[in-house]
Amino acid sequence: MADLKINIRDLALKNPVTTASGTFGYGTEYADFMNLKKLGAIFVKGTTFEPREGNPYPRMAETAAGMLNAVGLQNKGVVYFAKHIYPKIKDLFTSVIVNVNGSTVDSYVSCAEIIATLEHINAIELNISCPNVKNGGMAFGISASGAAEVVAAVRKVYPKTLIVKLSPNVTDITEIARAAEAEGADALSLINTILAMAIDVKKRKPVLSTITGGLSGPCIKPIAIRMVWQTFKAVKIPIFGLGGISCWQDAVEFMLAGATAVQIGTYNFIDPTIALKIIDGINQYCDEQGIKSVSELTGALET
Amino acid sequence: MEKYIIEANVIEKNSFEDKYCLLKLTAAQPFPDMRPGQFVQARINAASVFLRRPISINFMDKEKNVLGLLIQLIGNGTRALAEIRLGDKLNLILPLGNHFNLTPHSSTEAKLLLVGGGVGMAPLLFLGSYLKNDGYEPIFLLGAKNKCDLVQLKDFQKFGTVYASTEDGSYGEKGLLTQHSILKHNSFDQIYACGPKPMMLAVAKYAAANSFPCEVSLENSMACGIGACLCCVENTVDGNKCVCTDGPVFNINKLKWLI
Repeated sequence: MADLKINIRDLALKNPVTTASGTFGYGTEYADFMNLKKLGAIFVKGTTFEPREGNPYPRMAETAAGMLNAVGLQNKGVVYFAKHIYPKIKDLFTSVIVNVNGSTVDSYVSCAEIIATLEHINAIELNISCPNVKNGGMAFGISASGAAEVVAAVRKVYPKTLIVKLSPNVTDITEIARAAEAEGADALSLINTILAMAIDVKKRKPVLSTITGGLSGPCIKPIAIRMVWQTFKAVKIPIFGLGGISCWQDAVEFMLAGATAVQIGTYNFIDPTIALKIIDGINQYCDEQGIKSVSELTGALET
Repeated sequence: MEKYIIEANVIEKNSFEDKYCLLKLTAAQPFPDMRPGQFVQARINAASVFLRRPISINFMDKEKNVLGLLIQLIGNGTRALAEIRLGDKLNLILPLGNHFNLTPHSSTEAKLLLVGGGVGMAPLLFLGSYLKNDGYEPIFLLGAKNKCDLVQLKDFQKFGTVYASTEDGSYGEKGLLTQHSILKHNSFDQIYACGPKPMMLAVAKYAAANSFPCEVSLENSMACGIGACLCCVENTVDGNKCVCTDGPVFNINKLKWLI
């Protein structure tokens, strides 16, 4: 059996397979289907300083090999999280990482400050790439200066592992990646959803209440692989690769392209146990390939 | 209630004019306890379908370990699901969601009205059988386009009195079920409704105007079915709530409908 352990700064993961924010609730939603402690980490639902009701229904549209969502960061706010949700998930025996969002730099900072006080949360994922909120979110993630500003401000107040989640809705993702790295990000995760749209032809109306939404699922995987590969060559910090992973081969593809670890997202809805199947698949692949440590796969693409 | 992922086997399949399909399923393991109003998430093996589809539980025979699903062929997902053959496996997540109020009244003499429009009838058969088993005498009011669409009429008749409305008048009263004469000069101790949104809205208005307690079962479009993605929300007096976990059954007093 290969060594599946991964270390990203002081974040120690049992294996490189994690679950993506917004697709796995707070982990407990999946507890009936799997032993959660087998996961490398759980990225919990996007959290903001103030509570948010999210966008109006309809928020979802199925597409070919994927789906659009426009949830809009519905959550009860970081104070509620710290008081009521954190106590239930702090002892899951896997790393729990909070996805932090905001509409202003100050609101990102205030949210991160509260998460920093939670002993069992060893990392945050700074989401500068949510396409479904009017203010903030992706607005920070589509320019190098915007990304630099918010990463620098959060870095000052957050001493533990800081992961920055990047938007694919940019011309050159490596520019944003370098800006985040320069301001002290410990790792990157990419990609978030792709800005997209669907129309109900009978009604001649958009399917989503917000007109546009974020596309996820297997249909976006080739774009995500390309962006991970480009970013791997541009930065020195580790990358969480995500975007349409539905089997262990997909996960290995991301690692070969340069990801140190992966996040499973939308496919959790199709097969709630997929993450565990992917862990087993990677393990078997390593054995067959004579790989002693899974980290050998990172960037091992031969071109 | 604990949720399970079960590989069920199709042991019987009845198709009704390419409009409905009734599947009977069993499994190697016993199905867990399920309550009327709950649903399953069915995985569909077709390249054109990505997400699972939520299907309400039509009936459950605990002794024989048989689960019934009534499917209306309405979109590409349900059409692909109806392609399933005898002996095929169907991957289900179950049981999901909350359930109807199963102790609606202290007296079994209480008048309980179960209103189902189109495929919205499906969960009311399970509810009717449950209530009948508990000593109540359910009254069903079913609405459909025509007699052929009342595919389980005989099954409903086993559990209570059945009234119906058809749009073409081929069975019961002609017109919409919300215009049915049984709704006039009657009082009910509990109303349960499932069907198209305009129908449920009309039933909710009728119930509210007469101060009859009323529950409706919603069918908002859904991705995960387990409260993780927050796509299927309904706006309620307590904010946005997931239809998959806080519903699908809601008391009309909790909804922000214009009743």
